Amino acid sequence: MAAVASPALAGSPKLASLIVQRKTLLIGLIVLAMIALLAILAPLIAPYSPTRLSVVNRLKPPGERWWFGTDEFGRDIFSRTIYAGRLSLLVGAVATLLAGAIGIALGLIAGFFRQADPVIARVIDAMMAFPDILLAISLVAALGPSLATVIVALGIVYAPRLARIVRASTLIIRELPYVEAARALGVPTWRIMIRHVLRNLISPILVQATFIFAYAMLAEAGLSFLGVGVSPEIPTWGTMIAAGRQFVGQADWMTLFPGIAIVLAVLSLQLVGDGLRDLLDPRLRKDL
Amino acid sequence: MTRYVIQRIVGMLAVMFTVVTIVFVIVRVAPGDPAAVMLGPDATPADIAALRERLGLDRPLVVQYVYFLGQLLRGDLGQSIFLNMPVLSALGERAEPTFFLTVFSILIASVVALPVGILSAYRRGSLFDQLATTLAMLAASIPSFWLGLILIQVVAVRLGWFPVSGYGGPDASFLTRLSHLVLPALALGTVSSALITRFTRASMLDVLNDDYVRTARSKGMGEFRVVMKHAFKNALIPVLTVVGLTAALLISGAVVTETVFGLPGIGNLVVSAVLRRDYPVIQGALLVIAALYVLINFAIDMLYLLIDPRVRY
Repeated sequence: MAAVASPALAGSPKLASLIVQRKTLLIGLIVLAMIALLAILAPLIAPYSPTRLSVVNRLKPPGERWWFGTDEFGRDIFSRTIYAGRLSLLVGAVATLLAGAIGIALGLIAGFFRQADPVIARVIDAMMAFPDILLAISLVAALGPSLATVIVALGIVYAPRLARIVRASTLIIRELPYVEAARALGVPTWRIMIRHVLRNLISPILVQATFIFAYAMLAEAGLSFLGVGVSPEIPTWGTMIAAGRQFVGQADWMTLFPGIAIVLAVLSLQLVGDGLRDLLDPRLRKDL
Repeated sequence: MTRYVIQRIVGMLAVMFTVVTIVFVIVRVAPGDPAAVMLGPDATPADIAALRERLGLDRPLVVQYVYFLGQLLRGDLGQSIFLNMPVLSALGERAEPTFFLTVFSILIASVVALPVGILSAYRRGSLFDQLATTLAMLAASIPSFWLGLILIQVVAVRLGWFPVSGYGGPDASFLTRLSHLVLPALALGTVSSALITRFTRASMLDVLNDDYVRTARSKGMGEFRVVMKHAFKNALIPVLTVVGLTAALLISGAVVTETVFGLPGIGNLVVSAVLRRDYPVIQGALLVIAALYVLINFAIDMLYLLIDPRVRY
């Protein structure tokens, strides 16, 4: 299923025009870049401090002064939403990197060392049997709730998805003549793994990582919403929706705007993932 | 074929064994003493020691593991610390809302997603196809709990069509209970319909250009029969896999959705167990749900044997 060899496009002069030709990829990248910019530049853009309390202005509806309204403590929802983007994106990105590090290492080891394969393959299968949110909340419960444990838990939860792809492709690539040739020339195993195998797996890993980024953001929001993730005082899109839950029917804007932010971020990541799949590997194209 | 079935059963048992081991490890990696965490800061050392003994935490890890396996083989998932009842009974009591929520969500998702996916593939590139594909991607990006809150705001609070939360009282009629499930099932079903639509579309596209579809058309067969009898029947295997696995994934979605709607299901039980550090309940729920996933996977594999004469091992 996974691509074994695909042309390395990085640095290709055609890359920009290929991206522009793919509308979904382009739209996804633009929306994602805008969300990331808003988050990074939050201190410059936010009209108010995200933590400034103003009891007289509590639960004000959206309007000219507070674009997205205010919450139960009179804090500006717009400022909080763009600040929250920093943490939500950070959790998604770091969890994806961690899942990548664990998943790629496990996949390569399982694919290369026959003795390790049965154990790792079975662990991957068993890990995939747990629904992601359930496994994540159990891990957070075991490790103690904090920003770091949420990231670690999500990294562990999504690692098997990458490990499975890397393992399957490694099993095929290791038998290819050029790998045998490298071995015959005495190239050390770790070097074969990285230079000859991993390099050919960059496309499928990149595509999967984009989707994991999206899932991890959704899962973080879910955990925070349930109150088992990041502390409620830290503004993430999930904790903001959780806070707004008590004011449903009274101050709907408290849940509406952070929710739209999540949808836009996840949607843009999915568009990028789909677009990348088309761009990097025509054989994986969903509409062949 | 018998050999294949036996192989699959052995494989399934091996995965189950690994699942059990992972669950054992997760609960034991907790930093600090689980007994102290469970009892809270006011517990005396004597209380903690008593609970450690009750849970068997004072014994070496290997002994604990063997004891844990033995317990499981006897169908004993342990005792809930806070509910004061066996974990299995606690799960059993909460199974009904979760079961019906999952079934209705799958029904809603399939009723929408299968026809849309088929039509989308059949009219590939049309306005309908583009709209359906875009909507499916949008639906996959919506957190189910947020959609649930929106449904509560609009349909329950403003329009007053369905109850806001809960599952009716203990004496509520089946119909009343069903009315409590409509909105949660809609929230969960919408999100999973995205996945089923995309898979149905993709697997229909795979078969629509096949020779036997062309042959059926050239025989002068009606389009509806060509699409449904020849194409869809062959596209059914990947679709069935996704519908089956979506059912398992829905259990995960149910964890969050049940909390939004205050449904007294397994998801709600797990969340309150996590908040109260009721480790035996967390452990039991993880085991049961993972076991269900493995079993559904196995059942789907066995279904292949029945519905597709080409699958013979």
